[in-house]
Amino acid sequence: MNGITLTLRTLHRGERHLAHDLVTVAERHRTEHEVHHVATDLAVWSREHVRRLAEAAAGHDVKLGDPPDHSPDGVFATLRKKASEAVVHRPEPGLLLLRDLRELHVAAAENSLHWEMLAQAAQASRDSGLLELASSCHPQTLRQMRWTNTMIKNLSPQLLNSL
Amino acid sequence: MEDATDRIAQPWGGRVPYGRHETWPARVDTFLADGVEPEAVQRWVQSASILHSDGDAMDIAVTDGRMVGVRGRDVDRVNRGRLGPKDLFGWQANASRDRLTRPLVRRDGRLVETDWDTAMDVVAARSRELLDRRGPGSIGFYTSGQLFLEEYYTLAVLARAGIGTNHLDGNTRLCTATAAEALKETFGCDGQPGSYDDFDHADVIALFGHNIAETQPVQWMRLLDRMEGADPPRLLCVDPRPTRVAQHAAVHLAPRGGTNVALLNALLHETIRHDRIDRDFVDAHTVGFEELAERVADCTPKWAADICDVPAARIEEAAELVGTTDALVSTVLQGVYQSHQATAAAVQINNLHLIRGMLGRPGAGLLQMNGQPTAQNTRECGANGDLPGFRNWQNDTHVADLAKVWNVEPETIPHFAPPTHAMQMYRYAEQGSIRMLWISGTNPAVSLPELSRIRSILTQERLFTVVQDLFLTETAQLADVVLPAATWGEKTGALTNADRTVHLSEKAVEPPGEARPDLDIFLDYARRMDFRDKDGGPLITWDDPESAFEAWKRCSAGRPCDYTGLSYAKLRDTSGIQWPCDEESPEGTARLYTDGIDWAHPDLCESYGKDLETGASQEVVEYRSLNPDGKAVLKAAAYRPPHEEPDEEYPFQLTTGRTIYQFHTRTKTGRAPQLDAAAPDVWVEISTADADRLGLGEGDLVDVTSRRGALRGRLRPTGIRPGLLFVPFHYGYWDTDDGSGPGPDTPGRAANEATITDWDPASKQPLFKTATAALTLVERGDGRPSPAPTTTASAPATAGVARPTAGGPAAHTAQTPAEFPHGREEGAQ
Ligand code: SF4
Repeated sequence: MNGITLTLRTLHRGERHLAHDLVTVAERHRTEHEVHHVATDLAVWSREHVRRLAEAAAGHDVKLGDPPDHSPDGVFATLRKKASEAVVHRPEPGLLLLRDLRELHVAAAENSLHWEMLAQAAQASRDSGLLELASSCHPQTLRQMRWTNTMIKNLSPQLLNSL
Repeated sequence: MEDATDRIAQPWGGRVPYGRHETWPARVDTFLADGVEPEAVQRWVQSASILHSDGDAMDIAVTDGRMVGVRGRDVDRVNRGRLGPKDLFGWQANASRDRLTRPLVRRDGRLVETDWDTAMDVVAARSRELLDRRGPGSIGFYTSGQLFLEEYYTLAVLARAGIGTNHLDGNTRLCTATAAEALKETFGCDGQPGSYDDFDHADVIALFGHNIAETQPVQWMRLLDRMEGADPPRLLCVDPRPTRVAQHAAVHLAPRGGTNVALLNALLHETIRHDRIDRDFVDAHTVGFEELAERVADCTPKWAADICDVPAARIEEAAELVGTTDALVSTVLQGVYQSHQATAAAVQINNLHLIRGMLGRPGAGLLQMNGQPTAQNTRECGANGDLPGFRNWQNDTHVADLAKVWNVEPETIPHFAPPTHAMQMYRYAEQGSIRMLWISGTNPAVSLPELSRIRSILTQERLFTVVQDLFLTETAQLADVVLPAATWGEKTGALTNADRTVHLSEKAVEPPGEARPDLDIFLDYARRMDFRDKDGGPLITWDDPESAFEAWKRCSAGRPCDYTGLSYAKLRDTSGIQWPCDEESPEGTARLYTDGIDWAHPDLCESYGKDLETGASQEVVEYRSLNPDGKAVLKAAAYRPPHEEPDEEYPFQLTTGRTIYQFHTRTKTGRAPQLDAAAPDVWVEISTADADRLGLGEGDLVDVTSRRGALRGRLRPTGIRPGLLFVPFHYGYWDTDDGSGPGPDTPGRAANEATITDWDPASKQPLFKTATAALTLVERGDGRPSPAPTTTASAPATAGVARPTAGGPAAHTAQTPAEFPHGREEGAQ
């Protein structure tokens, strides 16, 4: 296995995780309506990245899996949703929210770096298909990072000062 | 010739045709209380409407210290003497017997009367205690789009620099937040580019989600008059309902809810594909064209037709209409602002104008509308989640400049994050980090989405709520302290309409009982809180409307909304003037951007922009590299499906909206007899196809149920698009048995029982048009029609099922032709 397929594999895993985590966070913070809706939308990007990465990998004779199921895993999602509704009037989940947003940010940042690596390797090996892939997906990863960053920036002053 | 018309039956009155580039003829509309003759009126007091965003100029008739009627001001360029039904009849609510006349405080669970000192001491004591124990972030202010400029400005100073809180917003968040955001995204700064006078010169007028016939009726009269004159304009109407606009449109598109971006991207696609582009304008004044072209490259009419469920051929016709004219005016309102991808869609309309070079000249302009009368003032004064004077919270120089105006240290003014938007404030209150909420001039217990949630927030024991209003509204009933406010006609102040026209509204009569102007209430609070500037002097140095206006002028100096050339005296002897009005343009400014983009430069702009899809904010570095010279930004956006789509359980899309006879939550219009009788209760509109399929008909009692709640109303089959239900937004509970919400004897009545808590990530405007719902029959109709008016978009599909809406003799109103003094007309040049 060469470095490019290795990167494809890593990135594929990273985007799968991020898609899953975005959906999980969306469920857990149902009562944070903006987080809920936007995280759900952003998961669509990562799922699309997973699909396109699998396609590209197939071109390099590597078989990678499909994107995770659209719906968050049944029982646990229901539990998370219930839990989020049970604490709707409590301040403490604010801390959990900040932690979750931070994790999302770090996960997206990792993906971003891997897209960077893939793009560089694609350029060096003149693989225009991969370069195209990286340059169309990477900006969305950066936007995921900017979103988590903005949310953390906007919410921290209130959430951390009210505990 | 004087003509008396039933202005409930004929909301837009009689026609006075006029041709393109001519001046709209004046006509004075007058309505006086029964038995009052015009000669008997003792005084006419100058004012303008606060029942919609037209800013219709009018005079209030006063006899023996009482309001006895109103008359349009023929000298004003906004309305040329005309008044809409809400203007004509709404003033009567001021004298309602159930006006609040004394402050109330909650004791042992009940609101009891008290005096001002006691009530204000309670408020000040709680504020001080919260400031000491939990800091400024525990106090929030939620204000209106119906107060005066002087009041917003005072509130902004006391909240931002006195309390030091980041939580100050208005219900303009439901109303014009997207207009402001879309202008900031495109032009780097808020400020309406166009003028209503552009209607006199336009060849094509595109109304995007804007039922102007009902929300700005006087400007609709203007369009009707032009359509009967020489060289009439052609209309494009984008609306899922058979509005009056749709009936007069050359092309009517009725897209599925939540698909505006797909439709607009297709219009942009066609405009670019046919090269209907003003290249010189694009090169000279914009950045981002390549990206936009790339983004819409695949957005063919065929592609959009599938998403929007409208014929591709109609989209092509629409694109031709807006793409081949030499004078295009577009207006945008709630059908865009309160729908999915609100800002992204509104920005695409800006883009259409930019790539076609349709900006800054008579007949070519853009009107990102307001719903509320003084929404523009909350935006300017920074009472809506912005800093005063369109200053940029991310720009330290702007903050320092503001601090100088207020004579405080810059750190006093919170600017570590964007000012908190209303929906987030309610979330903080729900979660317990906001412990005091001061609500002035608005009624969130009816107007915000998902009402059961809002009620549960407002009734929390730990949340201290102050409500300042005219009546014991649904919200006031849940408050801890209720402050009786004076209103329009009982106090003096300035107000600015949707096309930047500033009017003065003067006190005509005394407020009832102990009711006080909102300004006096805020000033009293500031005194009790003893807010100080950095030299130990009082933070707020003014004590009446005129001195507050003068203080605001200093704050606006050199900013886009410069008021320095205005004064009460000048507004008194001229009638409406459009800002900016300063030394250079003492008569005001009809259009912004007549010679290029003025305020988008990185050092000047109000905002560095946001990601339209995620709401992530951009930083100055990015903005500088994207737009170093301060041009207009062509910002592209991809279509995304709405967050809630119909399914088996909830098969309909649900939309809510405004109608001509009621305003906001009916607090005033529901107390004006003619208006109340014209549309007394909630109803549910359905397409005839769906009604037939379900075997339902006119007047059947139905429940509209969503995942959030339910409401009950009588059905009205109309020409609305299939798959969609419409419920008017205005109805609440104050005139029902249970008062503030549904109860054992009161089924849900407010549209917002069923709407979803979701907001546009960029403008943070809540979405009232993207819920899904189920419909169930409760009881067959008994032959009585639904209470929906027949004169409007709610007209029944089958003529004759309902008696035509009429007001009878009580609604007779005079219409007198008049000369519009030509000296002041901007029009035919
Ligand atoms: S009813 Fe709607 S349009 Fe009118 S003021 Fe309220 S939010 Fe704005």
